[in-house]
Amino acid sequence: MTSTPSADLNTGRPALWPGVELHVVSGKGGTGKTTVAAALALALARDGKRALLMEVEGRQGIAQLFDVPPLPYEERVVAVAPNGGEVWALAVDAEEALLDYLELFYNLRRAGSALRKMGAVDFVTTIAPGLRDVLLTGKACEVVRRSDKSAIDAYDAVIIDAPPTGRITRFLNVNAEVSGLAKMGPIRNHADLVMSVIASPRTAVHLVTLLEEMPVQETVDGIADLRANDLPVGGIFVNMIRPDIVSEPLNESVEAAAITAALSSVGITSSSINLGQVLIDEGNDHSRRTALQSRELLRIQETGLPVIELPFLTDGVDLGGLYELAQVMTDSGVR
Amino acid sequence: MTPLVTAPHLDIDALLIDPSKRIIVCTGSGGVGKTTTAAALGVRAAELGRSVCVLTIDPARRLAQAMGLSSLDNTPRLVAGVGKTTELGTGSLHAMMLDMKRTFDEVVEAHADADRAAQILTNPFYQALSSSFAGTQEYMAMEKLGQLRSQADDEGLWDLIIVDTPPSRSALDFLDAPARLGSFLDGRFIRILTAPARGAGRGIGKLAAMGFGIFTGVLSKILGAQVLNDVGTFVAAIDSTFGGFRERAEVTYTLLQDQGTSFIVIAAPEPDALREASYFVERLRHDAMPLAGLVLNRVQPISATSLSSEQAMAAAERLRERDDVPDSRLTADLLDLHAQRMRTWTRQSHLAQRFTSAHPGVAIATVPALAEDVHDLAGLNEIGDLLAARDN
Repeated sequence: MTSTPSADLNTGRPALWPGVELHVVSGKGGTGKTTVAAALALALARDGKRALLMEVEGRQGIAQLFDVPPLPYEERVVAVAPNGGEVWALAVDAEEALLDYLELFYNLRRAGSALRKMGAVDFVTTIAPGLRDVLLTGKACEVVRRSDKSAIDAYDAVIIDAPPTGRITRFLNVNAEVSGLAKMGPIRNHADLVMSVIASPRTAVHLVTLLEEMPVQETVDGIADLRANDLPVGGIFVNMIRPDIVSEPLNESVEAAAITAALSSVGITSSSINLGQVLIDEGNDHSRRTALQSRELLRIQETGLPVIELPFLTDGVDLGGLYELAQVMTDSGVR
Repeated sequence: MTPLVTAPHLDIDALLIDPSKRIIVCTGSGGVGKTTTAAALGVRAAELGRSVCVLTIDPARRLAQAMGLSSLDNTPRLVAGVGKTTELGTGSLHAMMLDMKRTFDEVVEAHADADRAAQILTNPFYQALSSSFAGTQEYMAMEKLGQLRSQADDEGLWDLIIVDTPPSRSALDFLDAPARLGSFLDGRFIRILTAPARGAGRGIGKLAAMGFGIFTGVLSKILGAQVLNDVGTFVAAIDSTFGGFRERAEVTYTLLQDQGTSFIVIAAPEPDALREASYFVERLRHDAMPLAGLVLNRVQPISATSLSSEQAMAAAERLRERDDVPDSRLTADLLDLHAQRMRTWTRQSHLAQRFTSAHPGVAIATVPALAEDVHDLAGLNEIGDLLAARDN
């Protein structure tokens, strides 16, 4: 079910990531990576397509965002995209993915409960280094590879709400991760299969950032790290940009008294606080913030990657906010 | 000014000057400012006359520099220029970054003779486990905390330890991962792997019906024979030198339940972070661990809550039609800005209030969002002032 890039006539912009089927969304904690992944799924599903949004960290953040009951280990529709199209969601659980894997490759699903009693499932999914990640990324790759067979349950796009920037290279680079553990054998073969999707033009890793020093630094470092490991970097989603509301620059000649006078001309007065000064202070705080934003945006642009700028949603992120962000993405060439 | 939330006030200074407090654990979900808060608490405690050691896990480069930590050498370093002498004593600050592999190696070296240590350190499974298993960081943070605590008693260089927790999938991992790793290393699975000969007779019970051969056969299929072999060798080596991993984890766990310990849960005024904070607060109560309170970081600063968002927007609209008033455009812009800030503040206030309704007894301190990041000790001092300020 791969659609042709020219099918969408909504925007004159060229598609940002033609040929990419697997979108991995990472970012520093607190930057809104789940929100961006969800909006990206909506944008990629629009115009009658099917997108699957995957959660791998068991936080049930997707269910909260779309206001649906907690997601099971089962693909199900969570939202309808603009202009037709469906967003499906799946919470991948390492244990279930292991049973899937056993069935798919060895027809051994029934051995699962015995293995669990012995503590072996626990070992593979939580203790053994790297195996958990192979299982999680392996599930994503299984879904992506359905399109090779034109399977009925194939998707146009798969979006992973992935671990944060600090752990993303390790999470995706399963080959390196298991190579210390298994030089050969079934796990190694499975890891190779996973890498054939992840380290290919079918995949793009996107990073979400805020325009603040720490997240931007982490983004720049993360990109270098991904590139050093030959992982395909897609774009940068700059989240929660504060609008430049104050059109005139606030210079020192602005008098609190003048602002207070303007306020009282429309009936706004206060006996307890100097309202003019309060508003000027707020304006100055805002200007410092927007100046910092512009400085950090430059650093982001210097990476040379596509940058998608998303506005700060004053009222928080609800379902309506997700569609708003999806529209901004569509306008930037996400399809 | 209207406070953001009606919860009891978390008195940071009272906590820091309480000499019976020996450990403060800062926890919360990723990106809420745990490390910065831990560092700021450390600086403030030293300024109040405590001798402090801050254990950070993964500080941003500039924050590490702010504390004079240029290298990751797994040893507490004295931070120059911090600390005052008060009636509590002579304040000082040590700080360190955790190197989990090094800490694990040191545990092995301390408990095994040279030959056996070398055998463990070169085992492929040990190498993978000590450098990449997500729970190792939590386990080693606990281990290091235990060490710093013994050092406090032996050398007296610090009497208060402030711990930052690892950036886990969930804040609860800090409490659960050590026990998980411990029970794995002491558990049945390992017994079976390491003692196939006796395994058929012990521990397997009714699973014997499945046949031990089939069991290991399945495992080999999943993992490969070489991995099983490495795991077996590793466990055999480590078991005979210092068994009781679970016991070690339990000792530190008990330390955390002691009244000399306080947890500070950190959150940002966003649904996800507060939900995570809620889970953690419930868990601490369930496990009888002492909670000092919640620090709410990055709160929208606001000075005039008496001017509502609606009033400000309506006034801005009227002003835009008044060409006769000087500065009318600018004032209208500032009113729009205020309206936006009020809306954000109101939303955050609702979220905080919801948390307080669920956990009415939990004290809260709020810290306003700062326009710029922390680069130096002065910045950490400023955050300390904001943390301790009463007017939230």
